Amino acid sequence: MALLEVKDLMVNYGQIKAIRGVSFEVNEGEIVALIGANGAGKTSIMHAINGLIPVREGSIKFQDVELTKYPSHKIVKLGLTQVPEGRRVFQELSVKDNLILGAYSRKDRNEIKESMERVFAKFPVLGERQSQVAGTLSGGEQQMLAVGRALMSKPTMLLLDEPSMGLSPLYVNKIFDTIKEINAEGTTVLLVEQNAKKALSIANRAYVLKTGTISLQGDAKELLQNDQVKKEYLAE
Amino acid sequence: MLGFITTFIDGLSLGGVYALIALGYTMVYGIAKMLNFAHGDIIMVGCYTIAVFFASIGLPLVTILIAIIVCVIFGICVERLAYRPLRGASPLAVLITAIGVSYLLQSLAQIIFGVTPRNVVLFKLGTVNVLGLKLKVDTLITLFVAAAIMIGLTLFVNKTKTGRAMLAVSEDRGAAQLMGISVNAIIAITFAIGSALAAVAGSFTIMTTFEVKNTMGALPGIKAFTAAVIGGIGSIPGAMLGGLLLGVIEMFCNSSDLASYTIAIEFSLLILILLVKPTGLLGKKRREKV
Repeated sequence: MALLEVKDLMVNYGQIKAIRGVSFEVNEGEIVALIGANGAGKTSIMHAINGLIPVREGSIKFQDVELTKYPSHKIVKLGLTQVPEGRRVFQELSVKDNLILGAYSRKDRNEIKESMERVFAKFPVLGERQSQVAGTLSGGEQQMLAVGRALMSKPTMLLLDEPSMGLSPLYVNKIFDTIKEINAEGTTVLLVEQNAKKALSIANRAYVLKTGTISLQGDAKELLQNDQVKKEYLAE
Repeated sequence: MLGFITTFIDGLSLGGVYALIALGYTMVYGIAKMLNFAHGDIIMVGCYTIAVFFASIGLPLVTILIAIIVCVIFGICVERLAYRPLRGASPLAVLITAIGVSYLLQSLAQIIFGVTPRNVVLFKLGTVNVLGLKLKVDTLITLFVAAAIMIGLTLFVNKTKTGRAMLAVSEDRGAAQLMGISVNAIIAITFAIGSALAAVAGSFTIMTTFEVKNTMGALPGIKAFTAAVIGGIGSIPGAMLGGLLLGVIEMFCNSSDLASYTIAIEFSLLILILLVKPTGLLGKKRREKV
């Protein structure tokens, strides 16, 4: 059974139909990539899943809970956590406070502490800079913090919205390695990316989004070889 | 010299009251992103509560506690009924609603309690001699209580889960929601805290003016708002600094030949500071996200 199931999703921005009937699913343990050009509707889908924008039609089910009518701030508690586009770490708060806020939906103090130790083990730079204000971190470090903050909620499934955006090639590799690692540790991943090549190289399956509909889908390795994908998204 | 120090302490005390009110403005502005111009009138609600309950039960501290509770409930109700339905509406719509709420509260008070001011003497406090300074006891109480509240509030905001959530909502509402923070709950808590501080400020006001009337919240409200803007609206330490600064300046003006120009001087100071530093003394310009 699918962990996340999106069915016939439609989202409008005023008169503009941003998402026109998108269906996809993510199974437990997978990395699924959602690729597409700027404006194809990737972020709209992310926002719809998290209840940040209203859904016009269709359903989004996470572990059989219908999310389209679910209060936005309670979704984290279900085990579905988003790393938003543009990182959106709390710039004026310390690295440590950012991580503590990531665990806002949890109560067990000792386990939260353990989670923080695990985040510091994964991203040693965050441990070194834990009392530094997040706004003073570099872009790559802020992305690490955004991922670490999301991990603090102990997610069953992680949604990553454009994690490679604006990062240097070194950090891009690092962030994709980290995503693979997190997945290997048992967290299901839905990855939304413009960097199609990188996304397809770590994903199990992928969906190609084009002007609000899914134009292609299938095994990620096969899509990497697909002529149309090569031409439009891999610039080969 | 002694007179100078006495005036300075009086100023700090008055400034403490302004700071308590300014904190309500600045926290609501920072977290709910609105100017709650009805905030000053919550002081008046607190003072009428004190007038009514003090007349019937006579216990000053219990009366103040009741006033705090009433103001907290009032603040939460005003937010729930008047402002929450407008979340996401244009800032102008919210602003004019707040002004409307302000007049509504003043008029209701006038209908219920009339226009004649009520006299309330909560405590009969004299003066004490401290190192040769003759200081009023209520001034000292105000100063210490205000300082304790400001320290407590700073700790609360920076060290507790709810406080951190307030800072998170203030900086990025959407990201805060992704952490599982209920924005509505945090805004309600902010109004509750602001209203409680207004009630405390109200009881200090009664201790010096001994008078309660329906428009009494307006001028302290505007002055505290000025203090919040001087300090940098949205900044909690800024509201404290702005409040203290304004209180000290007001006391020095009042004790000099410039007494009749006090308000003009205060607002000139506001204009001057905003000309030099448009974000206020401790206000930060938000860094744009890259």
